[in-house]
Amino acid sequence: MLAPLSWLRDYAPFDRPVEELAAALSDLGLVVEGVERVGQGLDGVVVARILDIRPHPNADKIRLVDVDAGDGEPLQIACGAWNMQVGDLVPLARIGAVLPGGMEIARRKMRGEWSNGMLCSPEEVGLAAVPGVDGLLILGPGSATAGQPMVDALGGEDVVFDLDVSPNRPDALCMAGVARDLAAALGLPFAWPEGTPAPGPATAAPPADPSVGSAAVVVEAADLCPRFTATVLTGVRVGPSPAWLAQRLTRAGMRPINVVVDVSNYVMLDVGQPNHAYDRDRLGGGGLLVRRARDGERLVTLDGATREVGPDDLLICDGAGTPVGVAGVMGGADSEIADTTATVLLEAAWFDPAAVARTGARLGLASEARHRFERGVDPEVTPRAVERFAQLLEAASGGGVRRGPTLDVRSDADLPAAARVRVRTDRVNLVLGTGLGDADIAALLAPLGFAVEPAGTGVAQVTVPPWRPDTTREIDVIEEVARLHGYRNIARRVPTGARRGGLTAYQRDRRRVRDALAGAGLDEAWTAAFLSAEDLRACGQPDFAAPGGAVAVTNPLDQAEPLLRPSLLPGLLRAVRFNADRQRPDAALFEIGRVFAPPHGGGDGPPVPVEAERLAVVVAGAEAPAAVRVWSVLAGALRLESVQLVAATRAGLHPTRTASLLAPGESAPLGAVGEVDPEVLAAVGVAGRVAWLELDLDRLLRLPRAPAEARPVSRFPASDVDLALVVPEEVPAADVAATLRAATGALLEELALFDVFRGARLGAGRRSLGFRLRLRAPDRTLDDAELAATRSRAIEAVTAAHGAELRS
Amino acid sequence: MSDADDILSDLQAAEAAGGAALAGAGDLEALRAAAAEVLGRRSALARLNTRLGPLPPEERRRVGAAVNAARERLDGLAATRRSELEAADRAARLAADRLDLTEAALLGPRAWLRGLPDRGHLHLVTQTRDELEDTFVGMGFTVAEGPEAETDWYNFEALNMPPAHPARSMWDTLYLDLGDPESILLRTHTSPVQIRLLEAGAPPIYAVAPGRVYRKETPDARHLAVFHQIEGLVLDEGISFGDLAGTIETFTQAYFGAGMHARLRPSFFPFTEPSAEFDITCPICAGAGCRTCSHSGWIELGGCGMVDPNVLAAVGVDAERWTGFAFGFGIDRLAMIRVGLGDVRALTENDLRFLHQF
Repeated sequence: MLAPLSWLRDYAPFDRPVEELAAALSDLGLVVEGVERVGQGLDGVVVARILDIRPHPNADKIRLVDVDAGDGEPLQIACGAWNMQVGDLVPLARIGAVLPGGMEIARRKMRGEWSNGMLCSPEEVGLAAVPGVDGLLILGPGSATAGQPMVDALGGEDVVFDLDVSPNRPDALCMAGVARDLAAALGLPFAWPEGTPAPGPATAAPPADPSVGSAAVVVEAADLCPRFTATVLTGVRVGPSPAWLAQRLTRAGMRPINVVVDVSNYVMLDVGQPNHAYDRDRLGGGGLLVRRARDGERLVTLDGATREVGPDDLLICDGAGTPVGVAGVMGGADSEIADTTATVLLEAAWFDPAAVARTGARLGLASEARHRFERGVDPEVTPRAVERFAQLLEAASGGGVRRGPTLDVRSDADLPAAARVRVRTDRVNLVLGTGLGDADIAALLAPLGFAVEPAGTGVAQVTVPPWRPDTTREIDVIEEVARLHGYRNIARRVPTGARRGGLTAYQRDRRRVRDALAGAGLDEAWTAAFLSAEDLRACGQPDFAAPGGAVAVTNPLDQAEPLLRPSLLPGLLRAVRFNADRQRPDAALFEIGRVFAPPHGGGDGPPVPVEAERLAVVVAGAEAPAAVRVWSVLAGALRLESVQLVAATRAGLHPTRTASLLAPGESAPLGAVGEVDPEVLAAVGVAGRVAWLELDLDRLLRLPRAPAEARPVSRFPASDVDLALVVPEEVPAADVAATLRAATGALLEELALFDVFRGARLGAGRRSLGFRLRLRAPDRTLDDAELAATRSRAIEAVTAAHGAELRS
Repeated sequence: MSDADDILSDLQAAEAAGGAALAGAGDLEALRAAAAEVLGRRSALARLNTRLGPLPPEERRRVGAAVNAARERLDGLAATRRSELEAADRAARLAADRLDLTEAALLGPRAWLRGLPDRGHLHLVTQTRDELEDTFVGMGFTVAEGPEAETDWYNFEALNMPPAHPARSMWDTLYLDLGDPESILLRTHTSPVQIRLLEAGAPPIYAVAPGRVYRKETPDARHLAVFHQIEGLVLDEGISFGDLAGTIETFTQAYFGAGMHARLRPSFFPFTEPSAEFDITCPICAGAGCRTCSHSGWIELGGCGMVDPNVLAAVGVDAERWTGFAFGFGIDRLAMIRVGLGDVRALTENDLRFLHQF
């Protein structure tokens, strides 16, 4: 919300330095996001009228503009803006002026043509940029005269605070509310203004004139509209607002339209009451009816759109029952104020916040009124709003307004009652860590309008003012005490209870996995959470791509990528491709992240997706053994011994270069290791081979580990026995190794495959596996006889088990 | 000329010749040969000893002493020459071994240590998250996690935001096509973990919950739609707003270093009361004012507040007995600030040239 300091000063004498006021507002939770200084540092800047615009003879991007700076003489300016026309009033920085940004204006030649000053944009004269407008500040016709100092055209110097008002503070969506908080914090008196900002003698609201007649209003749905205050004003002359009104609205960020609409907006910004002025003569039946909409009813709103409403929505209708607006959300097009409007029916009502929120959200309609009503407007401010409207309209019209008696339809049973809260001083101090006394608390709350009555020692009965719907409980009052006491004045301490912090075993192991992978040379990636069905098909995952195969987002960020990732493969391949396109075809990446599957059927709980933490490794330009090596690193880091590699096929992976990782006694694989299917690589545009490893991290980290037990290291020499064994292709090397291990028993210290050989001499479907057995005893040097016997046992075992032959 | 004088004269000549031979040895091999010839059993010196026998005893002692003295001098000469030659030899070997290590550094580990990989790089977000976890663990917190797909109840309702609550508009939500419309969603903040912690066990609770969150927001240089937060929850007897402010301050100093401070400003969150936003001393300029902090000396980091009694009531915790606070802030944003990252989208591109910087 934009709060001009000049407006806030209607309520209290805020004469501290601007920085101090801004700090006080922020400390109150009315965060100052910006401070605009209007009209300051504008010496030498005047209003100029554009007389002529013509091309620059030597330049395309700037033009020559003749302006009248008040003396009627054309003054030539070279200007790069394009948004102005002949006749416009614009700011002119004359020669010698120094703009707020520090720019000094001198007479200079631009591409051979003299420029006798500079025409200015809003920013250059210290105003906020106008969204969507690029170029000069164009002043409203008639709002200024050529030659007038710019500071006067802007209505004098001012400061505008841009406040970020949180949703719990609807009271601070108006000047009165902001001023009340600020006055309380600074210890200044707060008072409602008597007069208006109009120059000259103060104007009072015109007294009620029975001859004008009362407003005719019927409220059928008191539950949704428990208060409706209305009056009729006649003698209205619709025209542009006077400068004082237009300038205040402009500074508060609203565009002036006409005097009636402007007064309506002013009242909303001033006292916080959204209100609506109807052209009474255009209302059927000359009055209003407040009722629920009928099923399927339609109306045209002010924005020109046709809306369908229903029984949950509250309508403002004319006396004949024809809708003229959606209550608290938006007016209708038919009863808008027109140039011919002479009599106004003014509505200042209180609508049920939840109902306004529902209707507004369902219709997708945003408006200043909805913004306030759904957060909660002061239900007691409607008469003040009506009086203020009458007073301001009288002042802004220069007199002649007559108004009827005020009609006030209210249903107390449906209006929120003033909250009365028991507040315990001990509780305040316990929650805040303060040492405040009963009187301190009362003194902090009273200036905000909270009535504090003692109810015994250390207890007070606090009546919350009606403009604070956010405050209904003791804790809410405690927050007010904290806010006014000042967060910075609360002594800091740390909890003292002894306790044990730490990571869970899973979290420690996950770090170990990350460190092992990084140690193996892999970089950690973070890939996209959302995929398209096409991504999944390209990655060989047609089951996931099928409808219902993956969890879909109803309102995705990108319509093309509505699926929550069921696999890390598409994202990591995209990362490989990204780097390959940048001359890095050697990306070696891993990612640990959640993947999502549709909920399991059945069960009573809500159908949340099945989430699993997955680990995947991708090594571009490498064959399957690279992934196996990564697996070995991981298995070593986690002391996993008995996970087996079993040749398998898996969607998206190379059909003959993939193995499942199987834990003993479990049928579902922990994951897979191997290579990405060449077809997938072709589909996603990755050249060369890509090694791949993926694991279900939750399951991996739950596997039993080899115990960390110290074994004595033998001091005796080892003997290496090399065996080249010719075995059929279908016998996995791991099986041969297992047989060798079993046959050599405790003497085997280490077993390594050091050579694999295929050749015509061995015959088709057979290969030679060269194993090196390192044999050692803990207590002696092995003699030749023992070595020979062990070697024979090994050979016999593999011959018997696998039909292996010793290669000669 | 007596025999003795004759021997002494020969001794002089033999010593001179031997000394020259030892001094002239060009390498250790030559020295070994020269030493054998000059001092060995068949050396001229040895032969002189055989001529001592016929001399009278007195003469024999005098000449014998002279021979021994000459031998000692030659021995010393040989030792000196040996150490000279050994030093030269070592110098030569070292010279042959010489490596320009700057060359090795330029070649890179892949080329130099064949078979050993480059160091891999943990993601900047992981590194930041780990550092944050470690800092809080050091302050006595445990680390909790929760699901990324949540129900409306955990993400909003239990956090004191009933359906159609205006505060829900503070978070643009991505909903999943599961169950009733808008009933299952991607969590918009890590605060649902607060509810899960409160459900999981009795207080006292001192925990942080880092994790990934999702918003329906168009990514730009300062915002991602999918990003990371860390949430903190403390619930114990006698916990006050002063404890909250002190904990934020302690964290700020533990993580960013002494001399860094935190300040709290009133704010609003539906699940805390009183609520605050917290700023920290700008780590770039240490509070002096710079472009990063818009010359204020402070950087806005996150939100916090005392746990609202309604949140405790939603999970059946006695709000009269237990009080506590919660806080949360963006991990990615913190990482951005710490490394001076201009465009946060670099975190999700997985460009090796970026990943290798950390």
